[in-house]
Amino acid sequence: MPRATPDIPNASMADIAFLLLTFFLVTTTVANDKGLTLQLPPPPEALPQDLEIKIPERNLFKIQINSFDALLVEGDPYTGSMRELTDMIKMFIQNNGLDPESSESPIKAIVSFKTDRGTTHKKFVEVLDAAQRAYYEIYASNLGVTADKWRDIASDPDRRVEYNKSREGYPMNISIAEPTKVGG
Amino acid sequence: MSKFKKKANVKQEIPTSSMPDVVFMLLFFFMVTTVMRDSSIMVKQKMPQATQLRKLMRKSLVTYLYIGEPSKTEQYGKEPKIQVNDVFIEPKDIIQWVNVEKAKLNEFERDQITISMKVDSDAKRGIISDVETELRRANARIINYSSVNKKEI
Repeated sequence: MPRATPDIPNASMADIAFLLLTFFLVTTTVANDKGLTLQLPPPPEALPQDLEIKIPERNLFKIQINSFDALLVEGDPYTGSMRELTDMIKMFIQNNGLDPESSESPIKAIVSFKTDRGTTHKKFVEVLDAAQRAYYEIYASNLGVTADKWRDIASDPDRRVEYNKSREGYPMNISIAEPTKVGG
Repeated sequence: MSKFKKKANVKQEIPTSSMPDVVFMLLFFFMVTTVMRDSSIMVKQKMPQATQLRKLMRKSLVTYLYIGEPSKTEQYGKEPKIQVNDVFIEPKDIIQWVNVEKAKLNEFERDQITISMKVDSDAKRGIISDVETELRRANARIINYSSVNKKEI
């Protein structure tokens, strides 16, 4: 006597698979882990208390933001675009002692950045972005690639050699000072 | 006999027998890539815009910290708060939290821990710099301010 072959109906398999597919499609979130990377300085306690470094005025590019998100660049109120600010910073870094008012060399040049406790994060990111763009564009042109391409290289751990080569002689000196508590 | 033969009846159907296979393939793809979020975000999150974004490469080293105005303002007030995992914390608790997170990593990569700061655009610098100071004390000094891409003009 032939054995009855138990058949599982497989017509609905596609439906079930579709249902599961829809569930995972909906729950999937594409992680967008992108942003401005920053290396923080060592803790304040680790620095010697009586340390006092005199930095000549000409090697400092000062950017200040108050609690109304208004900018003060090198002591003057600034209302221009962030693109212009980037170009100003690039000029400052690559001065190489040409202009006696501007930096002596890229190694000595420091972009100093001070905010107030009331400054919004939005403005902070905008200005930090402008400052980092100045450096990234210099690095990119050192390597002969576009700034977008350079950032891909920088994120890739296998391309350290190119990354280090492009940064040679141009340390990213962006100093973010403790915010003031003035308010106004 | 007519000279012209009738056109043969050609079936114009797409074979559906391989459909389940195709669907299963897609299903497995999404099953593998889906990451269930382990914590619900309880603060407002509107990321600032920036142009010079860099990708975070090693996901295993990344830890998230959220700052923003609480979604339930009637319960927690309007002041921006710091959220990690599922709870609100104060700046003084950050060192302890970083140490817990570091303990999850392999010993040799603990100093490479990356903090992804998901800060709302409207949050103020004051609270953020308090967090930064604590992160410096906790020796978690690589941070990333999460932001969305803005097209350069």
